[in-house]
Amino acid sequence: MNVTARQRFGWGLANVIVVLIAAIPVLWLVSLSFKDPSTLTDGSFYPHKWTTANYRGIFNQPLFTHALVNSIGIAIISTILGVVLGAMAAYAIARLDFSGKRLLVASALLIAMFPAISLVNPMFNLWRTLGIFDTWIGLIIPYMTFSLPLSIYTLSAFFREIPWELERAAALDGATPMQAFRRVIIPLAAPGVFTTAILVFLFCWNDSVFAISLTSTNNARTVPAAIAFFTGASQFQQPTGSIAAAAVIITIPVIVVVMLFQRRIVAGLTAGAVKG
Amino acid sequence: MRLPFGSPRLGAVADAGVQVGQPPRRRMLTERQRAERKLAWMLCAPAVFVMALVAIYPIVYAIYLSFQRYDLRFPDDKTWIGVSNYTTILSSTSLWWQAFGVTVLITVVSVVIELILGMAAAMIMHRAIFGRGVVRTAVLLPYGIVTVVAAFSWQYAWTPGTGYLISWFGSSDSAPLTHQWQAIPIIILAEVWKTTPFMALLLLAGLSLVPEELLRAAKVDGATAWQRFWRVMVPVMKPAILVALLFRTLDAFRIFDNIYILTQGSQNTRSVSILDYDQLFTALNLGVGSAMSVLIFLFTALIAFGYIKGFGAAAPGQDVRGVR
Repeated sequence: MNVTARQRFGWGLANVIVVLIAAIPVLWLVSLSFKDPSTLTDGSFYPHKWTTANYRGIFNQPLFTHALVNSIGIAIISTILGVVLGAMAAYAIARLDFSGKRLLVASALLIAMFPAISLVNPMFNLWRTLGIFDTWIGLIIPYMTFSLPLSIYTLSAFFREIPWELERAAALDGATPMQAFRRVIIPLAAPGVFTTAILVFLFCWNDSVFAISLTSTNNARTVPAAIAFFTGASQFQQPTGSIAAAAVIITIPVIVVVMLFQRRIVAGLTAGAVKG
Repeated sequence: MRLPFGSPRLGAVADAGVQVGQPPRRRMLTERQRAERKLAWMLCAPAVFVMALVAIYPIVYAIYLSFQRYDLRFPDDKTWIGVSNYTTILSSTSLWWQAFGVTVLITVVSVVIELILGMAAAMIMHRAIFGRGVVRTAVLLPYGIVTVVAAFSWQYAWTPGTGYLISWFGSSDSAPLTHQWQAIPIIILAEVWKTTPFMALLLLAGLSLVPEELLRAAKVDGATAWQRFWRVMVPVMKPAILVALLFRTLDAFRIFDNIYILTQGSQNTRSVSILDYDQLFTALNLGVGSAMSVLIFLFTALIAFGYIKGFGAAAPGQDVRGVR
């Protein structure tokens, strides 16, 4: 498509506006994290007196450094498991005929809808009985479970838009259904798969309800839960600066993940795949 | 494919697959169907197993508690009281229905705004001319900020003396978060800023499914940009739109973190989840709290049902071998 100079300018301007809207509140957090405690409450958007004390403060606390490792490990494992299990089920739902499908789709959604705050109490008791309270696995299990409905729904919405002919063509060329799934459908479904992966990762990364209720020590406590236990750079200060600094640090992995994954969300993967 | 400009080649192949009535082919097909069913269940089994194992017990337990008088301050007083927790909740206009009204208001307004902004943002991310990765990452950034921290930064920004927004937009002596009709728009703003990227990302992935040649063909046929949007893009994106709307509405209806940090539910800004949290964790009244959870659950189920009926064949699990 030909893009005229005016259109180019219009899109460029739209890009800038969108980026600004998204970024300003984030920059506010960055600014808070660099403000010297004496100027923290001056209401200015920019720090007038800079300090890195907040960052040095949080990296000296095992509370934060352990939480960071826990967050990264738990989110990555939960995302991989959630997306793989979700992709398998979504493929069946989008492509195959079987009884009980509607029941499965409906009950997956029902599970996603139940308010998490009323589930943590029985889970707390059950987790302690099973001995997985305050462990990685104890958080990976609920994250995987409660993100499965979202991944099943998203993935099946994308799987069904992939041209049927390709699967049949693969079958004609001697591929088994499993091969057709892995070699043909998954690459074509990449935009959906990576979209889902981003959403599931952020779900695990941001959760505070399960993280607070199902952990008690640095053993498995993730950053959103650890923030609640923050103190200031010194014991007598408000933890505002530390919280802002922690928020900035834990946003960096998010940027990395999104940067890596978004490249796969592109149009035209199926263009010209089916020639009539 | 349910496209208005449906390509004939897709239809022809699909039709051949759908016509399954002929007797000579039936045996072979049932065998294939059986294999297909087996494969389907093998693929679904792990997900079903995990969901059943983890979710069923806490959900059933919460439902069971909702029929009990169970107050953690008087644990010995635990008895079966039927639906009386529910009647207590539903007859309290000042608490439940007030919170319900606030929740519905926040949900409707923020989801509508998010759908429009999300669609616009998805278009921009899709067509970004320079720095595509940077634009996409920036747009998705708000969703990546931990919710409680984002809410906290909004709260700080709107508090007189500490925040930039109050010095940009407010007068020095006003504290918008302490007035209901100013606090609710601020809550909606925080919610929209935080979760529009969720919508935008799902819609972006939906956009990537729209065949470029179809858009070009429509353009050649003289369709305006507006027609191309409604007649070509929206129909292909319908499943993605459904998923985005569905999960956003369900989440918005259960809004908790933002309100909890911004106003603590004061000035009648409580949502139903805030009310539920107060019952479960502050009042320690597990019976009433669980009943509220079940009610929230029932209302979200109603919303989900409405969406799935409304979208018909675009819903997951429908129309497998349908009119493609």
